Amino acid sequence: MKKEIKKPVLAVGALHPLQEEMEFFQLTIDGEIVTDIDVRISYNHRGIEKLSESLQFDQVPFLVSRVCGICSASHPLAYINAVEEIAGVTAPDRAQYVRVIINELERIHSHLLWVGLAGHFIGYDTVFMWAWKYREPVLDLLEEITGNRNNYGNVKVGGCREDIPNELKPKMLKEIDKVGKKTEMLTNAVLDDPILHARLKGVGILSKEDAIKFAVTGPTARGSGIAIDVRADDPYAAYGDLDWNVISQPEGDVFAKAVVRLLEVLEAVKIIKEAVKKIPDGPVAIEVKEIPPGEGCGRAEAPRGETFHYVRSDGGNRPVRHKIRAPSYVNVPSFKASCIGEHIADVTITLAAVDPCYSCTERLAVVDGHNKVIHDYESLLRMSRERTSRIRKEIGAPELKLEDL
Amino acid sequence: MNQEELNNRLSEIEPKLTGIERTTDNRIYLLCEAENSYEVNKFLFEDVPLRFVIATGIDSDDCFEVLYHYSDDEIGFVVTLKAFIRDREKPSIESISPFLPGAEWIEREMHDILGIEFRNHPNMRRLILADDWPEGVYPLRKEVKK
Repeated sequence: MKKEIKKPVLAVGALHPLQEEMEFFQLTIDGEIVTDIDVRISYNHRGIEKLSESLQFDQVPFLVSRVCGICSASHPLAYINAVEEIAGVTAPDRAQYVRVIINELERIHSHLLWVGLAGHFIGYDTVFMWAWKYREPVLDLLEEITGNRNNYGNVKVGGCREDIPNELKPKMLKEIDKVGKKTEMLTNAVLDDPILHARLKGVGILSKEDAIKFAVTGPTARGSGIAIDVRADDPYAAYGDLDWNVISQPEGDVFAKAVVRLLEVLEAVKIIKEAVKKIPDGPVAIEVKEIPPGEGCGRAEAPRGETFHYVRSDGGNRPVRHKIRAPSYVNVPSFKASCIGEHIADVTITLAAVDPCYSCTERLAVVDGHNKVIHDYESLLRMSRERTSRIRKEIGAPELKLEDL
Repeated sequence: MNQEELNNRLSEIEPKLTGIERTTDNRIYLLCEAENSYEVNKFLFEDVPLRFVIATGIDSDDCFEVLYHYSDDEIGFVVTLKAFIRDREKPSIESISPFLPGAEWIEREMHDILGIEFRNHPNMRRLILADDWPEGVYPLRKEVKK
């Protein structure tokens, strides 16, 4: 009889109360090297697609903005794009610009949040402090425009609920300019830093071929040299009128994804400035009375990638089917390609590199065949940080201490 | 690829389809029966080639529909293949995950919530439903109350 060999399993997950995506990664390990990965999701399935079938077309945006707290502008916008396609209506120009401004502010705050947490995970808390400090004024701006720091609830079929007052324009330009300058400084610091190079380059590589097979989107795809961006490829809102670039990097490692996100923040700053200057006067909404029978595919580029909504209407006041595909749904399975062959100490940052959510890393535990915990979250974080400091010594970078500053 | 090239490529697979619909300038719906879906999907993903976006399972009154959404990112088109599964008692369709690992999760999800069997799927475990959810109850079917 063949004896089954038990391999050690590294359990990453499963639940975290702070973020709504809950994931459980089971890494099979050989020594320090990961040899296989299994992902389990849906610990907190809320049945939003089914719920949506019981709501009226106008109520659905409030539901889908709660799919994700951070992407709470992208999901409603993708849904609205689908419904407006069915109804054959176009929102007024001013509404298109308001949509762009809110979505780009969302992108800035989401990317800065990621950069900060990525720094924290590799033991580089200075980056964490900086990035989150610079993110705060963006949330303040969103609150001033929409009334909320998240869950803006500002789009509706045929336009927007609230306008951006013209009096706010000078303040917005001033604040966003500041965010741009600080992000530029942060980007230069990251690009110049030998430790970040040593720690993130060549780690968790997702090749272009694998990226296509796993159908990944957003910065995960653009970090692997696939320059796809719905904002440019299938322009919605006012993106077609604005001048900006799609950022992509060919390497496919964690560093490439970090660079893509940082440069995208700078592009977002550019887009917002241009949009605030160019925003035309006029109404922000038109009245849409009925949604005819039909079907539509709406897309929006969320911070993590393409958000896809399929809506079917039978002519009633509710959707008969509403399919939602959030970008993490295709980005997360790509761990199968990017984590295998990596060190355990690099898994924390590789899993974080697609920006799925950080819930997983906080519940890290290494167990052996008898389910005994041999490493917990604290010890894994320590291992990750020790590796950083080892590299720091190897390359002769100075050890930074708070007292020296 | 420009629009004309896309149309030419799609016309190559037309014998396998039962119809082509265009709702707007850049949305194309291809209609086919379930038995041809594997071949058409393979053609769309590998030969055209298009980027796989996601699939949608729908409980229509007299059949099940599986919609495979693809994107042509150069010209901003969404090409959707609608495969109709006529057998309501034991709905089944060929899995596309063997050549498209990005579809593995969504096929498991459709199996969970609609009870569609994906033949030759590499890993047909539950994805969405809890371990203690009763067998044979498919939450997205129309007969299940909201």
